[in-house]
Amino acid sequence: MSEKKIKNFLVEGPITPEKIATSIAHHQVKTNIGAHDIFLGQVRADQIEGKEVIAIDYSAYAEMANKVFDEIREAAFDKYDLTCAHIYHSIGVVKVGELCLFVFTSSKHRAMAFDACRYITEEIKAKAPVFGKEVFENSSFQWKSNQ
Amino acid sequence: MILRLKYFGMIAEAIAKEEENVEIQHRTIADLDGLLKRKYPQLVTLEYQFALNQTLAGMDEIIKDGDEIALLPPFAGG
Repeated sequence: MSEKKIKNFLVEGPITPEKIATSIAHHQVKTNIGAHDIFLGQVRADQIEGKEVIAIDYSAYAEMANKVFDEIREAAFDKYDLTCAHIYHSIGVVKVGELCLFVFTSSKHRAMAFDACRYITEEIKAKAPVFGKEVFENSSFQWKSNQ
Repeated sequence: MILRLKYFGMIAEAIAKEEENVEIQHRTIADLDGLLKRKYPQLVTLEYQFALNQTLAGMDEIIKDGDEIALLPPFAGG
């Protein structure tokens, strides 16, 4: 077993625009960076059988999810010439219009930042044990599944 | 041997349980799957995969005393 301490990538509730702004500000001292790319996942008001989604209630197998996020991030560093990579995923209730995923990649040049951001986002969708309940106006719900 | 089982999302909801310890004599994930489907027939119609000690596991993987095994429904992250 590795002794490496795994970071917590899970955030309780929505990811705020302020957190994103602060995160960008923290990178201004890293003057070897020439390009950032950001992916933001936002909860959509889907219409399902005449009912409108008002929120997604996320849960996760937290220990495994953090391990998977860490592996995805490490793999991105191996594949792309990155300076920084950050991942934050919400847990708990995130209302429509609010943000549930923040992927932030930084590199010397744009191509690596773009490619790594997409790679990380797609890997999260496919591999992270995060589960979501789509909650409707009348408090009924259905379980969501990534396509 | 004793296994620590964890259930998530629609699986936890269907069997009304988030975790439990089970004592079994079985050897593989497939054996455990059969046992769970007999214990919780509602699992038969649900889609899920297994994680063995926090790593996705195939049906032929060998399980041992003290392992943590999770039943994971389809992912919905992002």
